[in-house]
Amino acid sequence: MNAHAQPDSSPLGRPLDRVDGPLKVTGQARYAGEFNEGGLLYGSVVSSTIARGRVLSIDGAAAEAVPGVQLVLTHLNRPRLAADDDSYEDMDSAEGSAIRPLFNDRVLYSGQPLALVVADNLEIARHAASLVTIEYAAEAHQTDLVAALDQAHAAPAELPEPRGDAEAALLGAALSIELEYALPIEHHNPMEPHASTVLYQDDGSLLIYDKTQGPQNSQQYVQHVFLLDKEKVRILAPFVGGAFGSGLRPQYQLPLAVMAALVLKRSVRVTLTRQQMFTFGYRPRMLQRLRLGCTANGTLQAITHDAFAQTSRFEDFTEHVVEWSGMLYHCDNVRLGYQMVPLDVFTPLDMRAPGATEGVFALECAMDELACAAAIDPLQLRLLNFADTNQNEGKPYSSKELRACYAQGAERFGWDRRSMEPRSMRDGHQLVGWGMATGVWEAMQNPASARAALAADGTLTVSSATTDIGTGTYTVMTQIAAAAMGLPVEQVEFKLGDSSLPTAPLQGGSFTVSSVGTAVQQACTALQGKLFEVAQRLPQSPFAGAVLEQVEFVDGQLRLRESPETALAIAEVLAASGPLEAQADAKPDEKRDKFATATHSAVFVEVKVDEALGSIQVSRVVSAIAAGRVVNPKMARNQILGGVVWGIGMALQEETQIDHNLGRYMNHSLAEYHIPVNADIHDIEVIFVEENDDVVNALGSKGVGEIGIVGVASAVANAIYHATGKRIRELPITLDKLL
Amino acid sequence: MSATSLREGRSDPAAHSISLVLNGQPRQLDVLPWTTVLDLLREQLDLTGSKKGCDHGQCGACTVLLDGKRVNACLTLAVMLDGRDLTTIEGLANGDQLHPLQEAFVRHDAFQCGYCTPGQICSAVGLAREGRAQSRDEISELMSGNLCRCGAYNNILDAIEEALPATRGEGGA
Ligand code: FES
Ligand code: FES
Repeated sequence: MNAHAQPDSSPLGRPLDRVDGPLKVTGQARYAGEFNEGGLLYGSVVSSTIARGRVLSIDGAAAEAVPGVQLVLTHLNRPRLAADDDSYEDMDSAEGSAIRPLFNDRVLYSGQPLALVVADNLEIARHAASLVTIEYAAEAHQTDLVAALDQAHAAPAELPEPRGDAEAALLGAALSIELEYALPIEHHNPMEPHASTVLYQDDGSLLIYDKTQGPQNSQQYVQHVFLLDKEKVRILAPFVGGAFGSGLRPQYQLPLAVMAALVLKRSVRVTLTRQQMFTFGYRPRMLQRLRLGCTANGTLQAITHDAFAQTSRFEDFTEHVVEWSGMLYHCDNVRLGYQMVPLDVFTPLDMRAPGATEGVFALECAMDELACAAAIDPLQLRLLNFADTNQNEGKPYSSKELRACYAQGAERFGWDRRSMEPRSMRDGHQLVGWGMATGVWEAMQNPASARAALAADGTLTVSSATTDIGTGTYTVMTQIAAAAMGLPVEQVEFKLGDSSLPTAPLQGGSFTVSSVGTAVQQACTALQGKLFEVAQRLPQSPFAGAVLEQVEFVDGQLRLRESPETALAIAEVLAASGPLEAQADAKPDEKRDKFATATHSAVFVEVKVDEALGSIQVSRVVSAIAAGRVVNPKMARNQILGGVVWGIGMALQEETQIDHNLGRYMNHSLAEYHIPVNADIHDIEVIFVEENDDVVNALGSKGVGEIGIVGVASAVANAIYHATGKRIRELPITLDKLL
Repeated sequence: MSATSLREGRSDPAAHSISLVLNGQPRQLDVLPWTTVLDLLREQLDLTGSKKGCDHGQCGACTVLLDGKRVNACLTLAVMLDGRDLTTIEGLANGDQLHPLQEAFVRHDAFQCGYCTPGQICSAVGLAREGRAQSRDEISELMSGNLCRCGAYNNILDAIEEALPATRGEGGA
């Protein structure tokens, strides 16, 4: 699995157990809403019940009369807040004006926080919050994407220029299809609800445990919105109970808890309820129209792909939805379009493989339909139109082992035993269907910093302000640092989740290993330089005439590559020098510029559909992944498994439904918003194909958080077509749509 | 992180005095009639290992063992603990010696974020006691009250399948 030659002892590529595993299985890992302190106050949020209008009055008298209530906070008695849009911007902002919680009387969506009741304990806060009455001047609202399609405007996104002449090519194509796909709203629903515990310090500064994918993002936000000095705000996030994008922007429990803490000069916690987890970002509802044209033998001649996505009235949320259709297959005539439809809803938010999940779904279903129309095996159609370069960018790939994904995935799945005809395979009263799809995601790298420090006892502590949202960051960074310094992993600790640590980008987009991992590696390299300098200056140093390039760090020693017996223990050097530390600020290498960089996958799915009942079971999945070097196969596999489970949920279950009369969600609970449970998930096999890449970063690693979900829902939909002969172009595919 | 001076409703006339065995230790507590076991554990006793994913009995993150049976702590009132034996995730390990299920969860990487994990493990301990799950499919079915949004289900099954015999052997809790 290792792309690069490593000494046998290197921890890179090993299936190390999670270093934070023992804390998690014993209940000792603490999440944002679990830091207790004597005298801590609890906030309960009162949410708007209308989708658009104004607050005429808020009556908090009954709540205030409840013994134990400390404060009913509204837009009328809140502390001073910044009044400019810039202050509310964060690292994942959408285009427009971010919401300002409790800023004024405007109601912009149903579920908007309008008051916070703060009390001595949770029960009192919750009870008192139910006593707050709000009078509104309601205005007409619109929450239905389809009804408002005529109000669409071009998305503020840079799309690839059209190439060739798609319209002419479609007219001239031997075969062409035109299709429309509909995707519903989905909510992230991490198991841990969003929470912020603000610990008010004696000097008036704030120590905040926040559920976030970027402690420095929350830090800046609080600093700017509340006009505070930088050193007055520190954010900690040692553990995050799942996020999937929901922690990429500061969510409203954070400013609400801070407001209460500043007003009362007390420590305050605000934890959202599961229902309130549906009152901020989500994957947007979307319509997509595709037209594909090909020659009689299946060679693609034209692609047009137009997406219409909902957004809020205050921000235009964009993601990369249609770009994939210009790069996944070779095609010389392509036109892409992306429109926004503003509604009286909250702004959508990045959610696991944002954009690709939706766009590739449509493209990969359409490719299956084209294969059927042309009577070609769906896998053959993909191979026939394989893209060796990224035509959107006009660049070759730094690496692209997608062919190996197709080959190994198909082999493991037994794809060659598939019959072409729909409804041609069965297992008793169940119709069996086999479908496949391609997945793709960008392999990005962002600037990041890390610090590496060797203590006198030889333990290495490496740190960066990233987070571990279940991705295995603690473990993987420990491995990268241990490998770089030639130390056993037990001697290495990685620190994260603290805004005061060296700068890290948001934990998201599958770029953490690439970005922070590179910084960790470079910090260790810098530390090696310092160790070597000291080693050279030791009396009778064996390295006196050597240069750093001749030295390697292995098994707790520095030694000459050419004559390994010339060695010195790191501990010996430290005994002379005392503790040493170094910091590195890593940037993407310029050599990336000439290349397109991406991860790829091939997903093969078997479904069984009960002929009489229409119930669907995804009985088997093979996901073959090309993501460069895998640092920890155990954790990487787990990421892919999770992505596949998400894809199955997307295909068959997930949908947040709105009652458009009220402009409000109807199924905002885990009983009614369905996600896969244990019994919904069957065999999933993950293959990592070998992919060498010395361009993406020095690790050769591309990240695996997103690629696992991309393509899965289309493979399921295609398998359902193969089983039943029915094309369902609207997710989720529930049994009522099949019968 | 301190558990000191957290309210246990002592001064409140509505409070009830209960005695229970909590993670092997006899405890006397004053609890309010509307307080759930989950809020008692998390907010008053600083035992935050039991998680709140929904507060409505819909996710299983709060699963604890009441007299050895798995229950949703969010749907159980604290006053009902009088005279009972309650085990939470904090009470499963024997000092530094992890429970076989805890060990198996680490070895099989049966979690990602870890937020559903205490509930999964307590639920699996309860499952072992019920003596019903004989096959992988049955384990899967009977563990379906414990949601994992990270989607670690295959690994959860591997861990439970492996540790179930050892868990049964020691009487389940
Ligand atoms: S918190 Fe008890 S079942 Fe969800
Ligand atoms: S491990 Fe994250 S919800 Fe199960």
